[in-house]
Amino acid sequence: MLDASSPNGLLGRLSLDALPLHEPILIGTFIAVAVLGLAAVGVLTWLKRWGWLWREWLTSVDHKKIGIMYIVLGIIMLLRGFSDALMMRAQQAMAFGANQGYLAAHHYDQIFTAHGTIMIFFVAIPLVVGIVNFVMPLQIGARDVAFPYLNNLSFWLTAAGAVLVMISLFVGEFARTGWLSYAPLAELQYSPDSGVDYYLWSLEIAGVGTTLSAINMVATIIKMRASGMTMMKMPVFTWTALCSNILAIAIFPALTAAFFLLILDRYAGTNFFTNEMGGSPMMYWNMVWIWGHPEVYVLVLPAFGIYSEITSTFTGKRLFGYSSMVYATVVITLLSYLVWLHHFFTMGSGASVNSFFGIATMIIAIPTGAKVFNWLFTMFRGEIRFELPMMWVVAFMLTFVVGGMTGVLLAVPAADFVLHNSLFLVAHFHNTIIGGVVFGLFAGMVYWFPKAFGFKLDEFWGKVAFWGWVVGYWVAWTPIYIVGLMGVPRRINHLDDVSLRPYFVVAAIGAVIILIGILGFVMSIVMGIVKRKALRDVTGDPWNGRTLEWSTSSPPPAYNFALTPVVYDLDAWQDMKEHGYQRPTEGFQPVPMPRSTGVGVIVAGLCTVLGFAMVWYIWWLAALSFVGIIAVSIIHTFNYNRDYVIPASEVKATEGERTRALAGA
Amino acid sequence: MGLAFAPMTGQTFTTKWARRLATAAAPLFLAGCDMVVMNPTGDIARQQRDLILVATGLMLLVIVPVMTLIVVFALRYRKGKNPQAYDPGFTHSTRIELAVWSIPLIIIGILGAVTWVTTHKLDPFRPLDRISAGRPIPAGTKPLEIQVVAMDWKWLFIYPEQGIATVNELALPVDVPVRFTITATSQMNTFYAPTLAGMIYAMPGMQSMLHAVLNEPGDTWGYSGNYTGAGYTDMRFQLHGVDQAGFDRWVAQVKSSPEALSTERYITLDQPSEKVPVMHFGSVPKDTFQRAVNRCIAPGTLCKNEIMRIDAAKDGATHGDMTMAGDAHADMPPMDASH
Repeated sequence: MLDASSPNGLLGRLSLDALPLHEPILIGTFIAVAVLGLAAVGVLTWLKRWGWLWREWLTSVDHKKIGIMYIVLGIIMLLRGFSDALMMRAQQAMAFGANQGYLAAHHYDQIFTAHGTIMIFFVAIPLVVGIVNFVMPLQIGARDVAFPYLNNLSFWLTAAGAVLVMISLFVGEFARTGWLSYAPLAELQYSPDSGVDYYLWSLEIAGVGTTLSAINMVATIIKMRASGMTMMKMPVFTWTALCSNILAIAIFPALTAAFFLLILDRYAGTNFFTNEMGGSPMMYWNMVWIWGHPEVYVLVLPAFGIYSEITSTFTGKRLFGYSSMVYATVVITLLSYLVWLHHFFTMGSGASVNSFFGIATMIIAIPTGAKVFNWLFTMFRGEIRFELPMMWVVAFMLTFVVGGMTGVLLAVPAADFVLHNSLFLVAHFHNTIIGGVVFGLFAGMVYWFPKAFGFKLDEFWGKVAFWGWVVGYWVAWTPIYIVGLMGVPRRINHLDDVSLRPYFVVAAIGAVIILIGILGFVMSIVMGIVKRKALRDVTGDPWNGRTLEWSTSSPPPAYNFALTPVVYDLDAWQDMKEHGYQRPTEGFQPVPMPRSTGVGVIVAGLCTVLGFAMVWYIWWLAALSFVGIIAVSIIHTFNYNRDYVIPASEVKATEGERTRALAGA
Repeated sequence: MGLAFAPMTGQTFTTKWARRLATAAAPLFLAGCDMVVMNPTGDIARQQRDLILVATGLMLLVIVPVMTLIVVFALRYRKGKNPQAYDPGFTHSTRIELAVWSIPLIIIGILGAVTWVTTHKLDPFRPLDRISAGRPIPAGTKPLEIQVVAMDWKWLFIYPEQGIATVNELALPVDVPVRFTITATSQMNTFYAPTLAGMIYAMPGMQSMLHAVLNEPGDTWGYSGNYTGAGYTDMRFQLHGVDQAGFDRWVAQVKSSPEALSTERYITLDQPSEKVPVMHFGSVPKDTFQRAVNRCIAPGTLCKNEIMRIDAAKDGATHGDMTMAGDAHADMPPMDASH
């Protein structure tokens, strides 16, 4: 149990020693972050944009703006997570034989932990949630999500977790326990410093945000579809969003509970996962993987949805085998609960248990394989336009099938015994997460960017991003597969066998190529903004899309649809276009919309303070911020003034402007 | 380059297929002969290698055509390339649907059967039934007992029959079946010698097991696969494959070491330490491993199995038995009567 006395009085265990004044890399990073932050503050002040930022963005409950904020958060954290990756690759390329590299274990271990944690929780999740948030309500013809304020709060809770992780970079340290912080290593006895506490509190806070957001999305899809859009007329992306969020609702509580029990072990001296007093570390492993494996599908199902939308749009065909695609998604959703044990076949569960989980895992390959075939046959007899989103889809298909193959290989328990915990495993999950999820996220961002901002991304830099990622992926991870087959375990910071060095050097080169891809993507946004006049799309339908989001203007008005659409068939917008749909220019009604609120920002801010206070044992501050959270939440319930009405005249004016723009185009 | 296969006689069906598939799959594994996972010297690891090749080959039966079709369709149906082929109405075909569900189903069905059989056959807890392909174990052979204790951050090996112990050095006589019983003192480690057999977790308070045999002499390394903190990278052990005479010599040499692994020495050894050199202990108390598993090395500590027995007596026998049930492999070893 922790020593609850506070050596530094009001500051708990926080002292000047917590600042990394002896770590030149961190000081440099801190200066860079501080300069960038001050520059951003300066620009906002100079442009007098603070009020605008607060009113239009931070407190907004508009699903489109919240979606964009999620994506911005994901991209910023991608830069952080990727610099961790570059540092790891550099260390592993250097540290052979007598050369110990430039990172001590103390630092290296924090980096791989932070890399995994950030990439999953603060890059992949925000990007997926962001795209779902932005696209799904538009696809189902809704004006917002079911619980707009909750949506804003969910985002800010996720951001609060990210802020805590970033604080750990400069105040104290991050966990050195691997991205899932396995017990007993993460117990107080073996990890007494602030690292695991930062990990636990940031993920608890962000996890609550993700759970609330998932509830919101499911409620939205169930309750707010346009009339006529039955379940089997929902766009495939909405289907995958539904399944993904149902999964998230089911699994995140398990993770939150596991972390909470670990918090009790660390703060209250319980023995849930310790080696002593009947504690069971194995229980922790089971609980985190009951979350962890379905989590893979929480991320990849929406990516599958993105690929489906893009394939169908850019082949000019309805998706081949729509209903089989839907069933495949549902089957994957159900099966993903039944496979978690394959993450520790080597724990000695016995042959029959291992066989069950191994075969259950392989069975997931059947619906996944069916999906790949369905994309393939959508291309068959299509008219494929190889614009950027479609290029990402083809790259995904070619990359992902290899990851699927190595995944099934790892699902064979006796084969897993020699591949588990090796770099082969690490190569496999990067193959599926980069080739499956990340490619999909980039495809989705390129595809829906013009919907969000009214102009396309710059194509040249978009191609740089594409080739950087695709070529970089293969250059970086092929050698890692190979060294895995040489028996090299994961997470080591130094190797004696100098003959392995070329593989790691090639992998590092691959990482640099991916860096070019990432910078290319950032440049495609920057150059897109610079050239926005030339890249402007006034039609609202730049790709000849098929689903409802393309029927409205780009960017869509606050109310999304002046009159809610009526759906008769799959690919509703394509159906409308084929039947000579005429935009209504008369008969608008006033639109009630939810009002912005700052409560989400305040509650999440207090959560950050609470997490920080708990990490450093500043009990008075923790108590104060906890009371604050409860108080603000209760006060918010007395706010009955939550809606406002957009008058019909304003709707008419907005729509009239669009009519003129369309006529001009 | 490619794979070097040791000549084998009396091959099983699996190995024959593995060799054929290996030729086909060789370009995938261009790394050459130092890929220990693909070219091991222990029979279990070889069977695991064969399994990897069979499974990979089976999947390539789908993967290769799919990848080819992706490229072919992407090129053939490019806009403007083949306008007369464009058929936006082609969105359903029962025949194709049937094929795209049943082809993966068949492959996975076969692979599932292979999985069931091999998972049972290569279960680390299962005693060996052969020394290598076509060489059954002579009747009456008792496997060599080795007890493995993973500590922060080194490996302790106890040879109970020889009465010796070593740190970070494991010697195995070639072609002799070995039975490892494995535990850990603080962290979850995996005991992994890639050339010998697949890995298995070494867990505090629990005992796992691995049956394996080394078929060729030679020196390699073993690791922990599971990250355990600061000293993890350098937590490895030398693995010497030697003939019986060499093994006897090695045992005699360790036995002649003046140091004994007394309780006090064990407790100091168990303190976290990094980059630990090889150590030899000429003698070791017989019950060391049992006490390590039951977490009662320090004098005066109650052993876990004893606590469980007391608890069981308190709660009534039926309830107490339940704590022992569940997992047939990782449960507590029988109580040691010596203390």
